[in-house]
Amino acid sequence: MKTLWKSGLVGLGIAMISGLGAVSVPTDAKAWEPKKPVQFIIMAGKGGGADKAVRFMQNIIAKHKLSAKPFTPINKPGGTGAEALIHLKNASDPNHTIMFTLNSFYTTPLRQPGLGVDISTFAPIGRMAEDTFLLWVNNDSGITNVEQFVKAAKAKGDAWIMAGTGKNSEDNLLTDFLNKAYGLNMKYVPYKGGGRVAKELAGNNANSTVNNPSEQLGFYQAGKTRPIAAFTPARLPLFSDAPTFRELGKDFVYFMQRTVVGAPGMSKEAATYYRQLFAEIYGSDEWQGYMTKKSLQGGFITGDILMRYWLKEKAVHKVMLQKMGAIK
Amino acid sequence: MEILSLLLNGFAIAFEPLNLALIIFGCAVGLFIGAMPGLGSVNGVAILLPMTFLVPPTSAIIFLGAIYYGAMYGGAISSIMLGIPGASTAVATTFDGRPMALQGKADKALVAAAAASFVGGSIGVVLFTLFAPPLADIALGFGAPEIFALMLMAFATFVGLGGDDVAKTLFSIFIGLVFGAVGLDIISGEPRLIFGDIPGFFHGINFLVLAIGIYGIGEMLWTIEISKGNVVVSQASVSVKGILKNLVELTRTWKAMLLGSFLGYFVGILPAAGATPGSLMAYGFAKQMAKDPETYGKGNINGVVAPESANNAASTGAMLPMLTLGIPGSPTTAILLGGMVIWGLEPGPMVFIDHPDFVWGFIASLYAANLFSLLINIAFIPAFIWVLKLPFTILAPVIFILCIVGGFVPTLSMHDVWLMLIFGIVGYLMRKLDYPMAPAVLAIVLGPLAEPALRQSLLISGGSFSIFFTRPFSSVFMFIAIALLVLPLGKQALDARRRKTERT
Repeated sequence: MKTLWKSGLVGLGIAMISGLGAVSVPTDAKAWEPKKPVQFIIMAGKGGGADKAVRFMQNIIAKHKLSAKPFTPINKPGGTGAEALIHLKNASDPNHTIMFTLNSFYTTPLRQPGLGVDISTFAPIGRMAEDTFLLWVNNDSGITNVEQFVKAAKAKGDAWIMAGTGKNSEDNLLTDFLNKAYGLNMKYVPYKGGGRVAKELAGNNANSTVNNPSEQLGFYQAGKTRPIAAFTPARLPLFSDAPTFRELGKDFVYFMQRTVVGAPGMSKEAATYYRQLFAEIYGSDEWQGYMTKKSLQGGFITGDILMRYWLKEKAVHKVMLQKMGAIK
Repeated sequence: MEILSLLLNGFAIAFEPLNLALIIFGCAVGLFIGAMPGLGSVNGVAILLPMTFLVPPTSAIIFLGAIYYGAMYGGAISSIMLGIPGASTAVATTFDGRPMALQGKADKALVAAAAASFVGGSIGVVLFTLFAPPLADIALGFGAPEIFALMLMAFATFVGLGGDDVAKTLFSIFIGLVFGAVGLDIISGEPRLIFGDIPGFFHGINFLVLAIGIYGIGEMLWTIEISKGNVVVSQASVSVKGILKNLVELTRTWKAMLLGSFLGYFVGILPAAGATPGSLMAYGFAKQMAKDPETYGKGNINGVVAPESANNAASTGAMLPMLTLGIPGSPTTAILLGGMVIWGLEPGPMVFIDHPDFVWGFIASLYAANLFSLLINIAFIPAFIWVLKLPFTILAPVIFILCIVGGFVPTLSMHDVWLMLIFGIVGYLMRKLDYPMAPAVLAIVLGPLAEPALRQSLLISGGSFSIFFTRPFSSVFMFIAIALLVLPLGKQALDARRRKTERT
C-alpha cells in the first residue's frame, strides 16, 4: 500500500514535471527577464503610503529572490506625479522602468495636457490594492465627530488648515468635496508626501487631513490623531468607530488605486514577466498581511481589465475636476 | 535609571558575537563605500539591504546602522585627499580639508575628521538615548514656519563674513538658489527653468552633481593651472606619535566640535532635512562665530571639525524621526525604514514600547559602531596618505574618472555627467574670479527646503509675515537670523568708513 502510494506520488511528480516542461518550453524560448536593475518609480514622496508599499514590495522581491536583478525604488514626487509620468514617458529603457501609481495617474495628465501624457499608452501590469481615505483631526482639538468638525471649521473660516499631498491631488479633491458638502472654506496647503502630511496634523501644524490609514496608523495608535469619518462604502474594520460619509447622509465614496504600471513602449514579453511577478507578490503572505494591517482593499487586476478600469476612473475624475473648476 | 537598564540590556544584545561581527564588518564596508565619490551611505545601505534577510531583524538593523556610520566617516576621506566630496554629507569637509591636504597637513585633517566624527556621533547617540521621546515631540511640532526660519538662519551665517566680498557671496547664494529652483515645483505642480523642455531638468539639479563638478573638476583644473603640471603636494608623514600629537592638538577645537555636534543632531531630527544641510549649517556657524573667519576655506582645522562632527550627529538624529514618527529624516533612513517594515516592525510612536529589544539593541550598537569606525579609520590613514604621494599626472586622470562615475551613479543619467562637466568649468572660472563657492553649494541644498516652507507658511497665514514672529521657535530663529545678517554688514560698513577716515 505504502509503495503503491509512493509510486503514485512519484508518477504524479513526473507528470507534473513533464507538464511543467510542456508549458515552459515555448515560454522558455522567449522568456524575458530583467537584464539590469529595474527602476521602480514612486509617484509620491518618502514616507507616504505609496513609498511604504513600494519599499515593502521591493523587500518581498529580494527576500523570496523573485528576480535575479534588484528593484530600485526612486521617488519622483514633483508636480503631483508629473515628474514621475514624464520620467516614464521618456524612459530610455521602458523594459526596465515601472512605476507605482495613484490616482494622480488620471488627474495630473487631465490637468496638464501640456505634459503630453496619454495613460492608455502605459503598460497595465497589476493593481495591487485600492487604498481608502478617512477624515482625520488631532486629538488635542477635542473633536470626535463630523458635526463638531463642521462647527469648528466654520468658525475658523479660511484659517482652518487642511494639509494635503499636492495641488489637485486626491487630497485636494476630497477637501473640495468637504468644502462644498458642508459649506466650509478650509484652506488647502500642499506638502511633499502623505507621511509629511500626517506629521503636520500630529504636530498641530494643520487642523485636519484626509490621510490613508497607513499614513496615520502610528499616530493613531499613539493617541495623537483620530479618524472621524471614512470615504468608504462600509466602515473599516480597523477604525470601526468612524462612520462612513454615506451613513452621515453624504453619498461620497472614494478609493485610490495602488497599481504597478510599465513605461509606454514596454515589450509584450517584459509586460508578461512583470504581470506574473506582481501576481505572485499579490498572492504572498506578506502582501496579504500588509493589506490587512494597512486597511487596503481590492483584488488583483491586470491586462485589459486594468486598462478598462483606468479609462473608467479617468472619466470619473474628469467629471470631478470639472466640478471643481480645475479643468474645463 | 530605567533608560540605563534598557541600554545595558541593549549592550548585551549588541555584543552578541554575530552582532559584534556585523558591526565591525559593516563599519569597514561603509568606510570604503563612503570614500568612493558618488557612493554614499544611501547606496551602501541599499546594496546590502537584501543581505539582511539572512539574519534576525535586530542584527539586520545593527549591520545597516554600522554601514551608515562607516560611510559617514569614509565620506571625509576623498573630500580631503582628492578634493572630491565622497558623499553629499562630506561636501563641507572639502572646504577646508582639501586646502589642508595641499599644505601637507593631510594626516592632521584625516585625524581631525575621524575624531570629530567620533565626538559628533557619540554626542548624537547620548542625546538619542536620553531624550528620544521629548525630542521627537519637538520635531513633530516643527512646521513650515520653523523650517523656513531655520534655513534663513543658515543663509545668514554665510553672508557678510569677514574676508569675503559681500556682493560676491550674495551672487553666489542667488545663483545657487536659482539652480535649486530648477525642476517641478511641489506646490503648483508646474515645471520651472527646464530650458525649453529638457527632460533631465525635471528632477531638478542634483546637488552632488554641482558639488563634484565645482570641487572635483574645478579643483583639478585649478591645480593643473597653478602647478603647470608638476604639482608637488607637500607630503604628510604619518606615525603613531604624529597621530597622538594631532589628537592632543584637536582638543583646542572643542568649540567647533560641540557646536557641530549639537547643531547637526538638531537639524538631523527634523524630518526631510538630514545630514547634508546639518553639516553645511555647522560649517557656516563655526565660521560665523570664529575669531579668524578669514582663515576658513584656506585650511582651518575647525572647518573640518565642525561639518564632520555635524554629519555624524545628524545621521544619528535622522534615526529619531524614522523610529518614532515613521518619517525618514534622510534618504538613507528612508531605506532603513523600508527594511524595518519587511522585518515585521512598524516604525512609529509605538516602536519603543512594542519592540524595546530591537530599539535598544540598535542604539547600543551605534555606540559600538562609532568606536569601531574610529579605530578602522585611523588604522587606514597611512594607506590614504600614500595616495598623495602619487604624482599629479597620475592622480589627475584618476580624479577625473572618479568625478565622472560620481556624477553618473546617483541618478544613472548622462545628463548629469554633462551638467557636472559644465559646473566644473564654471567652478574653475568662479575660482579664478575669486567668487566664494561654498555659499552656492549651501543654497542649492537649502533652497529647495526653504522655498516650499516659505510658501506653505504664507499660505497658512494668508500672506502675512507675522507667522514667523508669533510662534516661539520660529521667532527666536528669525531674530538670530536678522542679527547675523545685520551685525557683520554694519561692522563692515563701519570698518570701511574708519579706513576712509584714517586714510584722509
